[in-house]
This record gives sequence, C-alpha cells and structure tokens, in this order.
Amino acid sequence: MNKLCGRALPRVIFVLFTAAISVFCGTNSHAQTADIHVTIGYLDRIVPPPPVLSNLDPVPEDEGIQGARLGVADNATTGKFLGQSFELVEASADSDDAFLAAGAGLLGQTPFLIVDAPAELLLALSRLPEAEHAILFNISAADTSLRSESCSANILHTIPSRAMLADALSQFAVKKRWTRWAMISGDRPSDQLFAEALRNSAMKFRLELVGEKTWKFDADMRRSAGSEVPLFTQDFPDHDLLVIADEANDFGRYVPYNTWLPRPVGGSEGITPSGWSASVEEFGAAQLQSRFREMASRGMRAVDYAGWLAARAIGEAVTRTGNADAGALRDYLLSDEFQLAGFKGRPLTFRKWNGQMRQPIPLTHPHAVVLQAPVEGFLHRRNELDTLGLDYRESGCSAFGYRE
Amino acid sequence: MTRHIVVGLGLLLAASVTSAGSAWAGGGEVWVSNEKDDTVSVIDVDTLEVTRTIEVGERPRGITFSNDHSILYLCASDSDAVQVIDPDSGKILHNLPSGEDPEQFILHPDNRHLYIANEDDAITTVVDVETRKVISQIDVGVEPEGMAVSPDGKIVITTSETTNMAHWIDTASQKIFANTLVDQRPRHAEFTGDGKELWVSTEIGGTISVFDVASRAEKAKIRFEITGIHPDRIQPVGFKMTDDGRYVFVALGPANQVAVVDRETYQPIDYIQVGRRAWHMTFTGDQKLLFVTNGVSGDVTVIDVESQKPVKTIKVGRFPWGATWRPGK
Repeated sequence: MNKLCGRALPRVIFVLFTAAISVFCGTNSHAQTADIHVTIGYLDRIVPPPPVLSNLDPVPEDEGIQGARLGVADNATTGKFLGQSFELVEASADSDDAFLAAGAGLLGQTPFLIVDAPAELLLALSRLPEAEHAILFNISAADTSLRSESCSANILHTIPSRAMLADALSQFAVKKRWTRWAMISGDRPSDQLFAEALRNSAMKFRLELVGEKTWKFDADMRRSAGSEVPLFTQDFPDHDLLVIADEANDFGRYVPYNTWLPRPVGGSEGITPSGWSASVEEFGAAQLQSRFREMASRGMRAVDYAGWLAARAIGEAVTRTGNADAGALRDYLLSDEFQLAGFKGRPLTFRKWNGQMRQPIPLTHPHAVVLQAPVEGFLHRRNELDTLGLDYRESGCSAFGYRE
Repeated sequence: MTRHIVVGLGLLLAASVTSAGSAWAGGGEVWVSNEKDDTVSVIDVDTLEVTRTIEVGERPRGITFSNDHSILYLCASDSDAVQVIDPDSGKILHNLPSGEDPEQFILHPDNRHLYIANEDDAITTVVDVETRKVISQIDVGVEPEGMAVSPDGKIVITTSETTNMAHWIDTASQKIFANTLVDQRPRHAEFTGDGKELWVSTEIGGTISVFDVASRAEKAKIRFEITGIHPDRIQPVGFKMTDDGRYVFVALGPANQVAVVDRETYQPIDYIQVGRRAWHMTFTGDQKLLFVTNGVSGDVTVIDVESQKPVKTIKVGRFPWGATWRPGK
C-alpha cells in the first residue's frame, strides 16, 4: 500500500450503474419469499491496445462492461418478479497496483467480481486475502494455462480458452478436409500463445502443419501488402488452409487475396473462431444482438458476451437457489443442476475440473456464421462441447478438487 | 417412402369421407407465415398443394384466425405491427398497433382482445381489435414469446425466454398475479381443454412443465429421449393437444422430430421424423391432419394424426414459423 501511495495519483474510477429495481410484481408460487439484493462488481484493467497498421476497427473502450451491464439489466428484469434486485458496481484502473487496490475495495462490497484483466493480474487478484471466498469471473484472458496448471479455484471462465478456439477451427478443417495447414504468427506473446494452441490442436485432430513463419515486417502494409505477401508466402509447401495467429488484428487483414497460392485463410483472419461475433444470429441470438446494439450503439464482441454470460450466470444461480451466499452459489454453478441459455442452441454449463464454461464456438467471417463447433460427428461420452478445449484428462488443474 | 405416402393418402381419403357430415367437411386451408420471405403460404388441405403466396409485412411470425375464421391476424415483427388480413382476397385491411417487435399473440375467447408478446421490449400488449387501440401494456420478463389463454378467458400466460418464467395475467385487471419459474428458454404455452392444466415447453431445458392451474404447482415434467440424437439437440418448441385428451404433439426443433406424448401418463410414446428445425404446428378442424413447420428446410410436414405417420412434405417459403387453419367454404 505504501508503494501505491508513493505513485503519482493512480487513477481509479468508480462508477455506480444501477439496474436495480425492487418493484415487486405479483407473487411467485415457488419458495423465494425473502427479498434479496445482489451486488456484482466489475473490475477493468485499462490496457491500451497495441499499435496496429490499420486505423479500421479500433477496440471499443467499453468492451466487456457493456455486456455485463446488459446481463445485470436482464437479471434485474427477472428478479423484480421474485423480489430480487441486482446492482453493478464498476471500477477501472490504469496501473496494476491501482487495479489490485480497487479489487480489494470491491471485494469488500461483494464476493461476485467480473474481471477484464490479463492473466497474471487476474491471478494476483485471486490471491488477495479478500478474494479467498469470492467468485471471480474471467471474461477476457484466453490463456489456456489458466484452465490448467495455473488455475485457481475462485476463478470461473466465461471467455473461451485459446485451446477451445483452436479446436473449433480444427474441427471445421477436418470436416472440410483442409488437413494441411501453413501458419503465420505475429511475434507478440499473445500471438505466440495462440500459435501454440493452433499447433497443439492440429496435432490433436491429426492435421499436418507443413510450414510456419513469424511476421516480422515493420513496413506499412497498407502500401506494400500486395507486393510483400506473395513473396512471404511463396516458399510455403502446398497447403489447404493458411492459418493466422494475430490477436491484435495487426497484419492478418493484409493476407487474404495476397497469398502466392489461392488458399483460404483462417484463425485471427478469414474464418475466425470466437466466443461471440456480431454476425451470430441463429438460436434467437438476433434478439441479444439487437438489445446490445440498442444499449451500446455498436456490435457485441466476444468479451462483451463473456461479461453478459458472467452476469447472467450469477443471476440464474440466485434466481434458482433463492440464495446470494457465494459458497452456495459456487456449489450450484458447478453442479449438474446449473444450466444457462446463451443463444448458442445448447445449455451452457461449467467444467467441474477447471471452471471453464462449456460453450459452442461460432466460426464466422464479418458477414455470416460459417459453422458452429462442435462440428457434427465429433462425439464425446460426457458432452460434445467437451471436444473443444481442455478435457478432464488434458487439464493439469487440481485446484477444483474434482476427480473422475 | 412412396408406399407411406400412398397409405397416408388412403387414410386421408378415408378421413375426408368419414368427416363428411361434420361442420369442418371440405379440408379448408392451412396458412403458414414465412419468417424470412415476408410472405404467407396458403395450403389447400384437400390437394396438399400451396395455392397462394401472399406478400405481408416484415418478418411474419405469429399467425391466427378470428374465431369465425373471417379475419387473419399476423405478427409482422419487423414492421412493428399486427396485420389484419382478409383471407379471401389476401388483402391487408389495416394494421393494429402492437408495440414493438410483436412475435407471438393469442386471441381471447371474446374474439376482441389480442394479447401480444413484444419480444424486444419485455412487454405484453393488449389490443382491442374493434377500436384498434392499445388498452394495456404489462411488464413481463426478458424476451416474451409464448402466449396462452385459459378456455374461460380469465387467465393469459406470457412466457419469457431469458427470464425463464411463465407470467400469469389476470384478464380482468390486466395485471400479473403470479410468476412460475420453468427451465431454460420457454417457448410455447397451452392450456388443456378443461382449463385444469397449463403446459409450457422449454427449448434449452429440453422439457415441458405441466402446471396444475388451480394451485399453480408443477405436477409433471416431461423429458424426451431419442436414440442417436444428443439430448442438447432435443429442443421442444411448439405443441398442440388433441381434443380427445389423449395426445400432445410436440415439435422438437433441431432434433427434426415431433414427439407424441400421452396426456394421461405424461410420457412420450412415439417420435415422428419431420423436416429440419420443427417449430410450430396446427391441426385441421377435424384433427385428422397436423401441419408442422420446418424452419431450416423451408417446408411443412403433414402428419396423419390417427396413424401418427408423416404423409407429405410441402415446400413453402424461407423459414416457415407459424401455422393456422381455416375451414373451406
């Protein structure tokens, strides 16, 4: 704390967003009778996006929080019929120390915290004494390690892991018989993590990675992509799909139609696996999209969707159990009783071994969904959704104490 | 397959002969709303052919006739209106105010009040079809869809998809008097003919909850199981009950099946293969035939109720959603 005080005014912003309505409409014939008020915290580590070549598609500053706000508003609408009210308390910080201080502050008010932060900081938050009996919802860190050796029993993940995303793309490639991949990855750490996930997934689904290159150009590709990309891709052995690992959408956008061989592109560009995209419209998703667009004046992104899922998971657990105790809700969320409708055509549940929310992964391009994984034919004895990402035996997570 | 059709048509002929004396003699028409074509397909029940395709407002979904079948009401969701259509001429007579994004509705037995689910606004709107005025708007849960009215007209039900509830509305006061939780994503609701039970389907929950209307307690929960189809893909949506109190036919969405449920035991007893994403359905007046809309395959499966077999598939527009029947002249 002394260290924090010595710094030049760490910026901590607290905003109170009230979606809480405690109007009691009618009675409910189920057991819930006592009024319940639930506060949900939202904590954002403001991270400026890395510089990218294109000025198109800036990352919205309110990514994540808008989804959580919509989820809490949905909870409040449901809750008003049951005497349950929900409130979102928001905080954001632009330094790690301020983030942890704000986190400790929020955890003093509520055990339910929706967190938009990088993996290391999320783990530091989870180790705070105040977080011991809390439930932290990870809505942005896709690191597969958080679902494996680095997992923490007080973190549930509503954002898919990179392993889930890569497996979705692999299943699609198997269905298309695009079994030979070439890969271009960026040199940022997140790109390398995604590249690793794609490599592992290709092995898992018996795809062949025939060539790999790291993107190291620093020229402005808006001027030279047409001349550079053909040469850059010329010496790849023949392949069916060119896979791009470029999480900041920096160079990937200049690859399609500029490759030496006429080949489809997938991964961070072209056909893209994600937790959510503005082009998803099946399974009633059009309704969620239009409600979100009305509120946020933009399309819903994967982190927004993960924020919405986190808020709704809390709301659903409170509604079904009539209880707002963190321990009871955690037990319920990880039980067979819990399921959430998330506009993906299947009930969403949490994996008991690592706290990851099971979910279908849409494979999209900007104007349509191509396919939603799990792809038909990929079977699993427990749940087809467990063909995506770390299954029980693949996960090195033991913090949840789950044994099969 | 060919043999099935021949047998089916044979039954159909037998059906028309035996029902010749009834008020519903002469098969009439089935009207189907095509959500992504902005049209309604009219199927002649005698020939099982589409005889007319009528252009309507944007994103037509809920569809029902007035009690004397002289007027068709249609939810044109993206036009934010309920359209009133003359079924003989196919002309749109006028629009009723409906609130935003009307998805589904139910006509009260008084033939005068439409209860409309406004999906985007979490509201149920009550419209007087004679004065063409909104007489009430009732706050309900997120994404209201399923609508039902009790046979005595005293209770209207709205189910809300994201709130996962059935809201019980007292039609005298136009206020909610009770809310009952159901499984994930309720889609459709119906009262039994005697008014004693309310059935609610839940798409993602994969169940139908049966409530005792007097106590509003859940008295049964129906689950479905089909060999070779993952439980997650068995998603009950629209359903209809036979007047004899024996069967309930349930469209199971992406399972591409219609379940037949025994109303006495609350158990599924048979499954009928239909087209892709079975959604809603309607009986003919004599309940000999059942027409099921298949959203993804863009067609309607005709089921012979007695034999519980499909007899024909009829191509309609894109994403057929609702279906309703009217007698012939």
